[in-house]
Amino acid sequence: MSVRSVAGLRVIQPGLHTTVQDLGRIGSQRLGIPVSGALDPIALRAANVIVGNPQGMAGLEIAVLGPVLEVATPSVRVAIAGEGARLTVQRPDGAQREVSALESIRLVEGDRLRVAAATVSAVAYLAIECGLALPPFLDSLSTYVRGGFGGVEGRALTAGDVLPLAQHEAASRQEMRLPGMDLTPASEIRVVLGPQDDYFSAAAIAAFLSTPYIVTQDADRMGLRLEGQRLEHAKGYNIVSDGIAPGSIQVPGSGQPIVLLADRQTTGGYPKIATVASADLAALGRVRPGMALRFRSVSVSEAQAARRALEGRMAGLAGNLVAVRPEGPDLERLYDANLVSGVAHAHDHATWRHHP
Amino acid sequence: MHLSTSPVRFLPAGDTALVVEFGDVVDRTVSDRVIALADAIDARAVPGIVELVPTFRSLMIHYDPLQIEATDLQTAVEPLLDGKGSVSHRARLFTLPVAYGGDFGPDLAEVAERTGLSPDAVVQLHTAVTYHVYTLGFLPGYPYMGDGPKELSLPRRESPRLRVPMGSVCIAFRQAGIYSLESPGGWHLLGRTPVRLFDIRRETAVLLAPGDKIRFEPVSHDTFRSLAEQAAAGHLDIRPSGAPA
Repeated sequence: MSVRSVAGLRVIQPGLHTTVQDLGRIGSQRLGIPVSGALDPIALRAANVIVGNPQGMAGLEIAVLGPVLEVATPSVRVAIAGEGARLTVQRPDGAQREVSALESIRLVEGDRLRVAAATVSAVAYLAIECGLALPPFLDSLSTYVRGGFGGVEGRALTAGDVLPLAQHEAASRQEMRLPGMDLTPASEIRVVLGPQDDYFSAAAIAAFLSTPYIVTQDADRMGLRLEGQRLEHAKGYNIVSDGIAPGSIQVPGSGQPIVLLADRQTTGGYPKIATVASADLAALGRVRPGMALRFRSVSVSEAQAARRALEGRMAGLAGNLVAVRPEGPDLERLYDANLVSGVAHAHDHATWRHHP
Repeated sequence: MHLSTSPVRFLPAGDTALVVEFGDVVDRTVSDRVIALADAIDARAVPGIVELVPTFRSLMIHYDPLQIEATDLQTAVEPLLDGKGSVSHRARLFTLPVAYGGDFGPDLAEVAERTGLSPDAVVQLHTAVTYHVYTLGFLPGYPYMGDGPKELSLPRRESPRLRVPMGSVCIAFRQAGIYSLESPGGWHLLGRTPVRLFDIRRETAVLLAPGDKIRFEPVSHDTFRSLAEQAAAGHLDIRPSGAPA
């Protein structure tokens, strides 16, 4: 079955690296299959909440340059999340409207959706009400491009793809926005030292925890190469390969740390000085080259407490939704309520800018 | 040396993974203890455990920090350490064709130089051994193999390459590996096999399993190219040739 032959969202421009991601492919790491999943799972979860999806549903991860999508189905509801991201919707008649991040919008057939990628965060997420109708691989839709599996044929989107949708008409309901989300990139990262902190000198650990490390251009879904004070190994830089956790910070012979992210390998053979606290992984997934990071050591139980607090906030996310005031009108609702069409059009002109 | 009695270490890997370390060397006794613990945990379904990654010398337990405290997890695992694992190693022998040197094995010359051997002697040593697959990891279907010839033991490259081609046959210390996909990597590349260790078109995407035996058979660069074409078309069917002696 080709993804090009069905109705859904047609990819006019793919963006720089747009992939389908959910919360990851859990349970196959012993075959060497990486977890993958969203670099910023908090933003994906927030976007899903806004369109009424379960938090872990797969959406589009958008990096650096966003895609242009055309609606090739009767209607669809979407929302974008990511610091600095926004949507521009263009109707077939040329009318245009901007939609902020963290706010849902219903689009109809023929509409074009231009996604402005996050400007502050490295990534943004487009959630689609009821999600994509793609075949999972090992129970996940997450795309792992190096392995050629997941998402759309195991690759980033290309022009001409049509993303099949799980439903062909958006539910009839009010648009929502989600205030109060903090989706800024991290500057201070909590870490738990180990599992191989004993491979480093006391001076190296002190430098790691007290001096800034800059994110280099070698930053992708697999990890971030950092540059800062060189970390001296006390017992060499070769270990017999062992497991890699999310946020493992390995230090090869160069003495410059590498933080491993979503597409990390399952095992590796460089000593790992520390591991990022799970509560800080999403904010770390947002950082861009040139940003400075500082690491602060916490205990395992402190890291677990931070994660519990984060998940407590995430569990209550839907309660923070507020209805979007009808300046972004839902025309169908107004028609349904037997309002005169003139009222709806008055609203229409107020929000949809026409370009000659 | 009785490594099976060496003390077990519990090491935190953040707040979502715990390393149970049985040793820091590549050793069949250590490996068997790792697999035995994984089997024991699998048989019990400990609440909060998400998945297990057995490696050469340690078991990584990925867990859900919302369901279990790290200290409670350790308490739950400790009684399982003494369980007698019956590790049933499958006796499958795969013979994999390898084109050595040139573009296929860009580190062959350097390995020869650093070990004081000729490139031919390196190939001879590398093909004389039957390798044991200890575990899979690093990449989908990537086999971590031992135990290679002592004469070829070298540490990893100081800085990993950003791109190593799929099929690259590599060594570091006495370990051997085969890049099942293109990937960054820090091991020495001796040659390349056209056989795909990971192919989602196959019913079983991952070819090898822990316990398998591997031998390498040198082939010409031309033979490699023709086999690689068959592999790309999904027609290169590599089957185990039965139990090794």
